[in-house]
Amino acid sequence: MAEKNFGKPMKRVEDPRFITGTASYTDDLKLPGMVHAAMVRSPYAHARIKGIDASKALAHPGVLAVITGQEMKDAGIKSIPTGWLHPGIKTPPHYAITFDKARHVGDIVAAVIAETRQIAEDAAQLVEVDYEPLPAVSLGSDALKPGAPAVHDDVPDNICFTWSIGDKAAVDAAFASAYKTVKLHLRNNRLVPNAMEPRASLAQYHPASDEYTLWTTSQNPHIHRLLIAAFIMGIPEHKLRVIAPDVGGGFGSKIYQYPEEIIVLYAAKKLGRPVKWTARRSESFVTDSHGRDHETVAEMAVDQNGKITAVRVETIANMGAYLTTFAPAVPTYLYGCLLAGPYTTPHIYCHVTAPFTHTTPVDAYRGAGRPEATYLLERLADVMAHELGMDPVEFRRKNLIPPEAFPYQTPVALQYDSGNYEANLNKALELVNYKALREQQEAARKQGRYMGIGVVTYIEACGLAPSALVGSLGAQAGQWESALVRVMPTGKVEVFTGTHSHGQGHETAFAQVVADELQIPVEDVVLVHGDTGRMPYGWGSYGSRSAPTGLSAIVLAARKIVDKAKKIAAHLLEAAPEDIVHEDGKFMVKGVPDKAKTFFDIALQAHLAHNYPADLEPGLEATHFYDPKNFVFPFGTHIAVVEVDPETGKIKLLRYLSVDDCGPVVNPLIAEGQVHGGIAQGLGQALLEEAVYDKEGQILSGNFLEYALPRADDMVQIEHDHTVTPCPHNPLGIKGIGEAGTIASTAAVANAVMDALRPFGIVHLDMPYTPEKVWRAIQHSRLAQAAD
Amino acid sequence: MEKVRIKVVVNGVEHHSEVEPRLLLVHYLRESLGLTGTHVGCDTSQCGACVVHVDGQAVKSCTMFAVQADGASVTTIEGIGSMGKLHPVQEGFWEMHGLQCGFCTPGMIMAAIDLLNKNPQPSEEEIRHALEGNLCRCTGYHNIVRAVQYAANKMADTIRAAAD
Amino acid sequence: MYTAPFSYKRASNLTEALSLLQQNPEAKLLAGGHSLIPAMKLRLAAPPMLIDISKVAELRGIRREGEILVIGAMTTYRELETSELLKQHCPILPQAVQVVGDPMVRAKGTIGGSLAHADPAADLPAVMLALEARIKVQGPDGARVLEAEQFFTGMFSTALQEGEILTEVHIPIRPGARMAYAKFPHPASRYAVVGVAVVLDGNTVRAAVTGVGEHAMRLSKLEQALSGQALSAENITAACQGLLPADHLNHDLVASKEYRAHLVDVMAKRALMQAVGL
Repeated sequence: MAEKNFGKPMKRVEDPRFITGTASYTDDLKLPGMVHAAMVRSPYAHARIKGIDASKALAHPGVLAVITGQEMKDAGIKSIPTGWLHPGIKTPPHYAITFDKARHVGDIVAAVIAETRQIAEDAAQLVEVDYEPLPAVSLGSDALKPGAPAVHDDVPDNICFTWSIGDKAAVDAAFASAYKTVKLHLRNNRLVPNAMEPRASLAQYHPASDEYTLWTTSQNPHIHRLLIAAFIMGIPEHKLRVIAPDVGGGFGSKIYQYPEEIIVLYAAKKLGRPVKWTARRSESFVTDSHGRDHETVAEMAVDQNGKITAVRVETIANMGAYLTTFAPAVPTYLYGCLLAGPYTTPHIYCHVTAPFTHTTPVDAYRGAGRPEATYLLERLADVMAHELGMDPVEFRRKNLIPPEAFPYQTPVALQYDSGNYEANLNKALELVNYKALREQQEAARKQGRYMGIGVVTYIEACGLAPSALVGSLGAQAGQWESALVRVMPTGKVEVFTGTHSHGQGHETAFAQVVADELQIPVEDVVLVHGDTGRMPYGWGSYGSRSAPTGLSAIVLAARKIVDKAKKIAAHLLEAAPEDIVHEDGKFMVKGVPDKAKTFFDIALQAHLAHNYPADLEPGLEATHFYDPKNFVFPFGTHIAVVEVDPETGKIKLLRYLSVDDCGPVVNPLIAEGQVHGGIAQGLGQALLEEAVYDKEGQILSGNFLEYALPRADDMVQIEHDHTVTPCPHNPLGIKGIGEAGTIASTAAVANAVMDALRPFGIVHLDMPYTPEKVWRAIQHSRLAQAAD
Repeated sequence: MEKVRIKVVVNGVEHHSEVEPRLLLVHYLRESLGLTGTHVGCDTSQCGACVVHVDGQAVKSCTMFAVQADGASVTTIEGIGSMGKLHPVQEGFWEMHGLQCGFCTPGMIMAAIDLLNKNPQPSEEEIRHALEGNLCRCTGYHNIVRAVQYAANKMADTIRAAAD
Repeated sequence: MYTAPFSYKRASNLTEALSLLQQNPEAKLLAGGHSLIPAMKLRLAAPPMLIDISKVAELRGIRREGEILVIGAMTTYRELETSELLKQHCPILPQAVQVVGDPMVRAKGTIGGSLAHADPAADLPAVMLALEARIKVQGPDGARVLEAEQFFTGMFSTALQEGEILTEVHIPIRPGARMAYAKFPHPASRYAVVGVAVVLDGNTVRAAVTGVGEHAMRLSKLEQALSGQALSAENITAACQGLLPADHLNHDLVASKEYRAHLVDVMAKRALMQAVGL
């Protein structure tokens, strides 16, 4: 019997095309007659558009059209909706091309279509827009001040929504009677996702059938189809095919319905030629939705035993100028509901105010709300531990939810299904040799060197999502996932999923699982994803949902195949279906191994239907729609070790160790890779990255010369292990792992840096820990200490 | 502006073309020659997704005009190996899971080959320093380093075997 | 992303390059292109013509002429990095170029291009000043040789006159000299926030800094403090304090002028320590 594929670190079946340069990313695609779009974008954060003169652009040879917002509105193209609504939320219109005002640097004010990309770009510079610049606001708290300029005329106070969770009275009472409290003002720095592939879209219109095809860099083509068809362009849903070909990374930024996709579709029909648009990187910086950008006051209360009694959080979450698809969910249900972390905190209250500002929209970026929650919890934990004179690890250990408490109902709606936090923590401490690390740190301090150790115990909630639950919370979409497993006459199998792989290795990992379920060679299984024309329905990949939700649907569909196969086998073997077993790749009569049929025999007969049960339909395919009963709750421990150069403030990562629990692991190579990437992004947020706006809404860090992404020499080899605590409510017990790395690592690096700076009496600094920021904090503390 | 005649050998094939001087080498490769394996990831010459070899050296093809490659020999990702006959660096990336979304991968492979051509047994620090001009958002570089080490060992074994 | 249109000429020798430049005063020379092309792609520069000098043989090569190292303007960073002559007689150059850009930039970028472009945050200008290099330029009226200190006149501007081409860099060989370059790189662009080059020639200390002002400049306060002294950790540390007043230094997102002034002190100290082997 062949070994199981589950758990094998198989190398990926998708790699051949990537390592030989034969993949097909959207910008690689070429259609006959294809023309190109270039966007005219506002250089102002806020300006009234008094007029657009496209005459010079139109006169440029090779220019086919200059499209304005008014033209598209008059043609009936509607506003781009957001996909999550809270009670009382303000959802001002978001047109693909704005026509009244520009509301952020990069807001599209016209689109130029031309024969070549060069001509389109040259001509875009010739479009004359008469702007009347207006005052702008870029910081969330500034947008809430009286007299702040309004981003949208019908939202004069700039408040998109407010939201809260928890029992405020109980929390306030706990703080009033606390043994000790700690309060931190925290900024969660705004980030630009910067997937390596810039966004691109290619639209084609087929006049004979009045159908459209859109190739686009998307994590979820079905969502694009639904939004475009039903809400924005009025195209019948069955006449729009959306294909996400090879996509070069997403991290959330390719979830959303973007303006450029609408523009190329409109232009393709208008001109009768396929239209392509590809972002330049500096465009990506102002047009891809950003992440994070919270201003928070976070407080923790403990009793005399060091047990956390309450957490109270007040956050201003910047929404940017418009709401993109997921935005209202991120600083609310994906944030406030995570504020228990892995701890037994009995009372939690979180209140969020979400203002509009004249900046690029803010939405989900790897972790989406959970890194923000983990960061503040873990900073509070470290600061409190220090206040109490406790080792930060012991403080956490004291507060971890014990294994016998599951399922554990948190005070913020979520019920954790399973977990074993202390065992995981102990494994991490042992692997890193925590005691020796602290001794190393002591020795270093005596030599005037500043080493820091940051330990983070985290949980996260992912595997989006139980549909009824999220629907009741404001989601405008379902969050189940579907699978179609189709067996061909020759026994080869196609698996259609509504998830989409843009780096996560689904073509390999999912095939491993299906091959195990059907007991066939893994090479006989192929995964089809990313095409609404081939896969009837799905909700895409984000929120670490592909494995827990997507793969669960696939497994259950595959099991339906096996059930039907048994019936066919029973008929062929002249036995009762209950007597058929599926072992060693064969269907056989129990106890009679030589009365057996192969998968190929069954597949063939299912299609010939010659020798076939009268009461069974021919064919061998099965669909399953899987709606999870709950989120899944991966958890773990991350430990970062850094050294600070006090002369320059520069920080070097020395070691990074993670022990994550995502349940049983389908493919360790792939799972670990996800964690590695997430860790680099967390390090990026902590040390390097910030989307900086000046007070007038100009982005100052608008390209790779200013915005520092982590490079190979910023990172170290990551030490990694895992524990396995299965999820009790899905067929394989698996949890997601795509975001966990990012969720924990920002906090781990932050705590390590603060730990390194402890001898200077520095309690808290905001990220990113740039060299100057750290140096100044050290200088300031030295002066303060000298003055004492 | 008048076009310029160039002759470029790309992956062993000679091309005679007439190009606008401002056509970047990366666009010549991708659009004129249809070799879309080389990618454009940025507009400030930072990211390295566009790296190819020109006359044996790794170069950012987004920071060169096609006219500058007149008379030169260019190798792209499509030219260094194919399925069944992979370059050890390509093999290393596959074996060690040195890629996820694949977008930075061609440039990363070309830069790694250039490194190993100059320094056949690089230390981890040397590998990380040599990849300073190649950004990856997916892998955290952990498996990329392992991929390059795998390739270095494989290439050393091949040399040893050939010498024996 | 696309540059403005331009016409392209390739010079096969220096005479032709000079002639083309004279006929087309608005043209720019294309050497490695790794400063010019990025600027053109951002439409910060839009010359109507580029004169490609990469095939001009007279501009290549590193050779020794008596007590001078002569480096052709078209010598790439990579060639500087691997030159045995330089490793032996002027090791600060191979050392400094290792922290310029990345391997791909080093394959194309040239010493002549770097000096002529005169980016206030480029590394080589500081090294040239500390070496007291001379820069040879050729024009329609003949050649002249400029001291490095005369050469850099402002942000992206040099003493090159219209029609002149930088042809060679001359570096005096100083037997026994110890030298080092210490750089604090911008985390994103990896240009020098501050870079300090020091050359210790017997009792003479020469030091220069880049990244802090409109162009690289000598650190005369440091030179005066340490020249004529035996260098120790103590006197190096003492001398590297307040080398430049913060007031007129560059001030940007990655470093305020005060922090920059502090980094000058730190990088100067590190360069000196490295040079003396402490």
